[in-house]
Amino acid sequence: MPTGEIDVPYVAKLARLALSPTEIQRFGAQLGALLEHVEALQKLPIEDVAATAQVIPSVNVLRDDVAQPSLPREVVLEAAPQRQGSYFRVPQILGEPG
Amino acid sequence: MSDVLDRGAVEIARAVAARETSALDLTEAALARAHQRDGAVGAYLAITDEVAREHARRVDARLAQGARLPLAGVPVAIKDNMCLAGTRTTAGSKMLGNWVAPYTATAVQRLLDAGAIPIGKANLDEFAMGSSCENSALGVTRNPWDLARVPGGSSGGSVAAVASGTATFALGSDTGGSIREPAAFCGVVGFKPTYGRVSRYGLIAFASSLDQIGPIAKSVEDAALVYETIAGVDAADATTVARPVETARGALRDDLAGVRVGIVREFDLAHLDPEVRAVYEQAYRDLEKLGAELVEVALPTADYGVATYYLIAPAECSSNLARFDGMRYGLRVEAADVGATYEATRAAGFGDEVKRRILIGTYALSSGYYDAYYVRAQKARTLIALDFRTAFERCDVIACPAASSPAFEFNAKSDPVSMYLMDYYTIPMSLAGLPSLSVPCGYVTPEGGRTPLPLGLELTTPLFAEAALLGIAHAYEVGTRHAQKQAPPALEAAR
Repeated sequence: MPTGEIDVPYVAKLARLALSPTEIQRFGAQLGALLEHVEALQKLPIEDVAATAQVIPSVNVLRDDVAQPSLPREVVLEAAPQRQGSYFRVPQILGEPG
Repeated sequence: MSDVLDRGAVEIARAVAARETSALDLTEAALARAHQRDGAVGAYLAITDEVAREHARRVDARLAQGARLPLAGVPVAIKDNMCLAGTRTTAGSKMLGNWVAPYTATAVQRLLDAGAIPIGKANLDEFAMGSSCENSALGVTRNPWDLARVPGGSSGGSVAAVASGTATFALGSDTGGSIREPAAFCGVVGFKPTYGRVSRYGLIAFASSLDQIGPIAKSVEDAALVYETIAGVDAADATTVARPVETARGALRDDLAGVRVGIVREFDLAHLDPEVRAVYEQAYRDLEKLGAELVEVALPTADYGVATYYLIAPAECSSNLARFDGMRYGLRVEAADVGATYEATRAAGFGDEVKRRILIGTYALSSGYYDAYYVRAQKARTLIALDFRTAFERCDVIACPAASSPAFEFNAKSDPVSMYLMDYYTIPMSLAGLPSLSVPCGYVTPEGGRTPLPLGLELTTPLFAEAALLGIAHAYEVGTRHAQKQAPPALEAAR
């Protein structure tokens, strides 16, 4: 298992979290302590063990391809931070900044 | 009216169904009590007066038409990570501080269909991440036994509501101990069914391979009634198990003759404070006195539970919480461009503990570390589940402490790892998906403490053996009656 410091700014970028310099320092130290704790897993003989994603045997659950009522558009848009008519209004995603 | 409210769910539903009181009158009394008592405790983020009255009127109308409602008029507190259409559902986070749920969670809907009355939405650690309820961004919940102490978490509001008598029962959710540890801290019964028994539809996701909804109640019998009501397959949650739910109340028993109780060799009580240790030793003796045979079992990998959990749960959390991006619902903090808006929204919307878990999870899943951390933890999870399977060849139920101490004071666990270790006794069962509950087993008065604080005995059975588990817990409960010996001072003062 790799050890050492977490590159907190890099991980924060992956997680889309803006962090202040104090947060980077504080979280860095706290996550370091946690990684030290999980280091214990090194001791487990796991090479030939299968990974468990979920403990209950699960199967694909399929339903008939029949249209079902969905949530009313107005109710859903009511919760939007910003809307325009019957659409969500979001910041520009494609193209040159306008 | 007040004395009806002090009864259990089974009794209240009977009284309402027999029209000894109307659901509406009882609801008014319950709401008045909640407003009067909750100021000191802070179990609720919202007391849902109008919603409660509306459901009470509906229950009265349905009873008049001859409907049979097993939870008729029974006041329930709902952890605020479960959707109730038309009410704010916040997950204890600024991210969802003003979000009104457009639909109702399946487990909640089943309670409403059975006649239960939603009194309020209960406080929790933000997104159910925590063991003390101190991580809520929206309110402080205090332990009714000692207001200077935490109620436990993450279902802290749910247990405090039941312990202070403002709800007859509550729904909680448990990912690594979030029903059982707070139930132990507040002297109530907290039950996490097998993973997949209760639909997670409408439960705001934290770690999807572990999250499970369950009842918190004053008695095992009430917990069994609620469990029967909410359990079972749901088309809206593909991980629910298509397997009949046995009647748990039919399995309630008064003795433990023929029951083999496993005592875990690795859970050495010598690590505990002497007073706490004495309570658990007595609990094991009481199980024996009720007819059980104690057998030693081994869980050699249980000691790795916390390390395993704090990779798997954050990994799933980092993925689940990616949806909070400020675009379609919840908080949005505008910034220069879309990327900066995501980052500013998440920085402002999430508290420290949620950020920590997102960071550790993102790290554990990131390129170069995935096999070393996440996959290794998943393999450790396999070993932990296998340990339990082997242990259950020698016993019917495992008994151990629900937590290593009674409720602690606010700000007592300032470093995250010491807080994470509070779930030492509950995490292995969660990783193995097992049904597990905490039942009151005695009291200790900590040094310098003002009042006795409750402790909980954790009982765990094999997958899907909920009926057997509730039966055993009931025998222990009626054989010891710990919950009847003391009452929280906050409750005494209110009387």
